[in-house]
Amino acid sequence: MRMGDTLMSGFQSLSSHRLRSSLTVLGILIGIAAVILTVGFGEGASSSVAAEISSLGSNLLIVQPGSTTNSSGVQLGFGSASTLSVEDAVALTSHYVAPDVAGAVPVVSGSEELVAGSKNWTTTLTGTTAGYLFVRSRSVGDGSFFTSAQVADGADVVVLGATTAQELDVGVGSTVDVNGLPLQVIGILDTAGSSGSTDEDDMALVPISTAQLQVLGSGSSVSTIYVKAVSNQALGAAYQEVDGELLALHHISTPADADFTITTQQSLVAASSSVDSTLTKLLAGIAALSLIVGGIGVMNIMLVAVTERVREIGLRKAVGATAGDIRRQFLSEASMLGLSGGLAGALIGSVGAEVLPHWADVSLSLSPVAVVGSVVVAVGIGLMSGVYPATRAARLEPIDALRNE
Amino acid sequence: MAPEHASARRSALLELEGIWKTYRSGALAVDALRGVSLRVGRGEFVAVMGPSGSGKSTLMHILGCLDVPSAGRYILEGRDVSALDDGQLAEVRSRRIGFVFQQFNLLASLDAVRNVELPLLYSDTSRADRRRLALEALERVGLADRVDHRPGELSGGQQQRVAIARALVSEPNLILADEPTGNIDSQASAEVMNLLLDLHGEGRTIVVITHEAEVAATAGRTVRMRDGAIVGDPVPSGAPA
Repeated sequence: MRMGDTLMSGFQSLSSHRLRSSLTVLGILIGIAAVILTVGFGEGASSSVAAEISSLGSNLLIVQPGSTTNSSGVQLGFGSASTLSVEDAVALTSHYVAPDVAGAVPVVSGSEELVAGSKNWTTTLTGTTAGYLFVRSRSVGDGSFFTSAQVADGADVVVLGATTAQELDVGVGSTVDVNGLPLQVIGILDTAGSSGSTDEDDMALVPISTAQLQVLGSGSSVSTIYVKAVSNQALGAAYQEVDGELLALHHISTPADADFTITTQQSLVAASSSVDSTLTKLLAGIAALSLIVGGIGVMNIMLVAVTERVREIGLRKAVGATAGDIRRQFLSEASMLGLSGGLAGALIGSVGAEVLPHWADVSLSLSPVAVVGSVVVAVGIGLMSGVYPATRAARLEPIDALRNE
Repeated sequence: MAPEHASARRSALLELEGIWKTYRSGALAVDALRGVSLRVGRGEFVAVMGPSGSGKSTLMHILGCLDVPSAGRYILEGRDVSALDDGQLAEVRSRRIGFVFQQFNLLASLDAVRNVELPLLYSDTSRADRRRLALEALERVGLADRVDHRPGELSGGQQQRVAIARALVSEPNLILADEPTGNIDSQASAEVMNLLLDLHGEGRTIVVITHEAEVAATAGRTVRMRDGAIVGDPVPSGAPA
């Protein structure tokens, strides 16, 4: 039997059971669409993570207090104790002890309500030093940043993020009240966009002494020291220098007992992207599973078809069909089910990848390889699911098949 | 001395020699055919009669290469069919034999012309030739105006005529009919029998199984079977060619 005739006759018998064929195709369709969307989700997540790394500045080290061993011998996680000081940050800026460190700033922060006239706005109030702009790669659009002298004096000044200034409807020269303390706005930061869940434009920066003594009341402790390495390549060396210097300053002889934790932006991002990739793998597993279920659907319907069409098979054999003709007919029907499911699934998956990001906060990037690959996989699944039913059909003796009532 | 009969003088189209067919189910073995020998000459019209269970259907299936004998030899147009493999048997079924069933066995999802095309589908005939030959065959059975009807839209007699068109579309020398009039009314029966007579008139060899004496009377020779053996045949099986 000619190939074209085999396909034609397969198509005819599938279209004579329209509902059944469509339901079977639906099984494959859902699997393929799920695979395409999952792969798109995974790729979208990894590309947005890459974008995040570059926006944060990759040569930044973050030193946080903690990881201390308390009296009962329990190791505490980072952030659980206040062991860092402004002096630590100052020491790190020395070119003698840390030649690979370009700058280091101490930071202390808390959530505070800012009041300007009739408006109020709650934001992260951060106390820091004059080096902040350089270390965090930020710049002031309007006005100026506070000086070292203002930091030393504990001046009542504040620099606002663009969003914060807008929400409070204030500009350079205005006065903002925090906890009853009037602060003069001396500068507005340029916008930086958001990284992850943090809006980098919603913040209030004050001299660290002002924050520690008048606003937050946090004493002399520091919640974070940001350290900027001279270059991306020097990050490793800077890490070693910071680690060594802080251990020396804190009189700790065993590195395992360190009362601080140093992390890099990459390690933070890597942690979040590994969560993403675990999620992606889980989803891909579910998608693959649904494809297998779709394949079982094809096999099931083909087995039903063989049982139902025993007389037809017998008749076809009686008028000259060989076992191979019958096998090819059923295989072509099964792979056509796979192909239709694959094509429809690819279409719906692609449309979904275009439409979903408009509805939900997900980034999906459509991969042509995944689309083409999944159609091929769908045909393969159809074929594989068809092998057993087709072989059963081909083995039927014409006379046994015809005798079946 | 055996009586002189037409078939003895013709060359043989098919020859059965000591055919046995045994069906086994578990420990039980049933002999459906017990040593049947039969010789049918070219252009003969043979009727096979016998009560239910006499083995006539089994005989027909073996003649039609739908089933293989457990023992014995079957020579069709000079070839030993018992030695053919699955592919060769399929080719014999598609080119040399036309089968007409009591149940018509048309495919409900295909219209008349596609049903008739079916044997040609398996003999590597081009699409255009298939259509032309199928339309010609339908015209010969008087159904030129019903080519695009599906079996469900045709009467029993019309369905059987479609089945006859399907049996003759590949121009086989041998046409086998298993109770072709068993499921249709008497007027349609007459039409079907007339068609078979026409085909016989064209020189085709026809073997028909029947219960009905009138049908048997149409044939030139009636073979009677009982309990898996031939009990009456005007042409003795051992007769020399």
